[in-house]
Amino acid sequence: MVSTNGNGRQPILEARDLVKTYGHVQALRGANFSAYPGEVVALIGDNGAGKSTLIKQLAGVEQPDAGEIVFEGQVAHIPSPSAAQQLGIETVYQDLALAPDLDGAANIFLGREIVRPGLLGRLGVLDKRAMRERATKSFSELGVAIKDADAPVVFLSGGQRQGVAVARAASWANKVVIMDEPTAALGVVQSARVLEVIRQVRDRGLAVILVSHSMPDVLAVADRIEVLRLGRRVAVFQKEQATLESLVGAMTGAIEEQT
Amino acid sequence: MSPPVKEVPGPSTPTAEERTTSAGFLRERVFTSTSPVWIFLVLVVITAVFSLMRPSSFLSSFDIKSIFINASVDLLLSVGMTYVIITAGIDLSVGSVLVFSGVIAAKVMIAIGGGSTHAVNAGWGVILAGCAIGILAGLAWGVFNGVLIALMRIPPLIVTLGSFGMALGLADVITGGVDVAGIPSQLGSTIGSGQLGPIPWLVLISAVITVLLGVVLHLTRFGRYTYAIGSNDEAARRAGIAVNRHLIKVYALAGALAGVGGVLSLAYFTTTTISGHVTDNLIAISAVVIGGTSLFGGSGTMFGTVVGVFIPVVLAQGLIIVNVQSFWQQVVIGAILIIAVYFDQLRRRTRSRR
Repeated sequence: MVSTNGNGRQPILEARDLVKTYGHVQALRGANFSAYPGEVVALIGDNGAGKSTLIKQLAGVEQPDAGEIVFEGQVAHIPSPSAAQQLGIETVYQDLALAPDLDGAANIFLGREIVRPGLLGRLGVLDKRAMRERATKSFSELGVAIKDADAPVVFLSGGQRQGVAVARAASWANKVVIMDEPTAALGVVQSARVLEVIRQVRDRGLAVILVSHSMPDVLAVADRIEVLRLGRRVAVFQKEQATLESLVGAMTGAIEEQT
Repeated sequence: MSPPVKEVPGPSTPTAEERTTSAGFLRERVFTSTSPVWIFLVLVVITAVFSLMRPSSFLSSFDIKSIFINASVDLLLSVGMTYVIITAGIDLSVGSVLVFSGVIAAKVMIAIGGGSTHAVNAGWGVILAGCAIGILAGLAWGVFNGVLIALMRIPPLIVTLGSFGMALGLADVITGGVDVAGIPSQLGSTIGSGQLGPIPWLVLISAVITVLLGVVLHLTRFGRYTYAIGSNDEAARRAGIAVNRHLIKVYALAGALAGVGGVLSLAYFTTTTISGHVTDNLIAISAVVIGGTSLFGGSGTMFGTVVGVFIPVVLAQGLIIVNVQSFWQQVVIGAILIIAVYFDQLRRRTRSRR
């Protein structure tokens, strides 16, 4: 059985009845989740609801104790972050995971460097120009304003750093981008920019999974909202139905709904 | 944490304002970052002052040659140290590993060259075998350091402090604390004191290795990973870089270079110099740090290290020539080191405010 969001499409990535236990804490108790191509789905919930745990299972960082992950309609085993990357799933971590002393292009290509053709490439000589050109292209496509492509990212503002992290994910992902609290450390203007970048990624046909505590951001950018509470999905909202009150109600348990 | 940062709104095409900020940015990066420009100027000034004080002798070819010879072994240790410090590590063992490698090389040459009386006349086969095994001994110490640091997660300061003592102690055990003499004389007369054209072999070998490893550091994937690990090892790990394996390789490189240094030192002095390298580690660390490599990892240049090696050597040579007690060299180098680290801290503080 394939669950749908009402218009008959198939989810690109789906979690079914996931269970994850740490010691005696049950972080996920049969959690369901689904993401569709070309949409921003927000994953919200109070602290301890299991959002981070769920993301870790989807990104290959951890393995669920029970339940299954379904990718493109097939049950998928994602044993590592690089396995997730090979499926086309990229994650932007909350702490960004950038190398602050390297420039934007170097960060985008970190671990996947382009080398020169021929013998030089076999010796590991980098093609810095090709990487810079592709990084610059990627930044401009996403509307990320990086004033100096050669500047170590530590010299960039918080918003620009976030832009680099998102551009890295967007450059490599061809199916799903998972973003963990992408606006948590940012000011108002910078947050608005990141949301714009999120829309850009969605408009390329990717699924964007947005984990956020910021209800205004969620309401602004999400096409669909899934709510976790105590390790289970307790509500799914379409963009039009969602209000601040209904979201908070579902998160806190004041309003009980479907699973 | 950091206060909100003003961002230039609008399209990403460069406006006049953005272009001027990027010019200011360039200026900022050249003069406040790890750029070795400042320290290179210091070297130029020191050289100029001594040259003006004693124009006849300071820049004579003899002095230039001895400056380069004196720098060549330190340079090798510092090149390895540059890689290590860029990964945010440290290697205190290099001087002891140098001694150990020299002892092993000498012992091997004497053993396969027919004992201490005959080995003096031994040929290149014996010499090369001894050199190779000596360098391998250095490599082995490096791997030892790297494995303990990367896989067993023991802090580099402790691991290499341990191997600093162990390598020197074992060198003493092997030799009974007496320097090994009687190595093949051909080694001393060629690599030790010979020249290829106008360039001493010691200098040539050291320079070729430095240039090669400078290219590797700045232009290849190996170098890129070295910076990435020192900058944020967790990010490197998540990017799929084999961090542990890379760290082992970096310490192995430093060990192998100490091995080469041991062989060159053996060639130059035609005997081991067991008690002469206790402070080599500090000399190398000072050179690297003076050259603008950050002790926190992630940044640094090979050019800076070369400058950092030459400053103390030029200073020592110059002070002798102008008849100032050469002890002053240590005083000045100490001060330069502190100033260099102060600038690095300053730079880190200003950038974290962004």
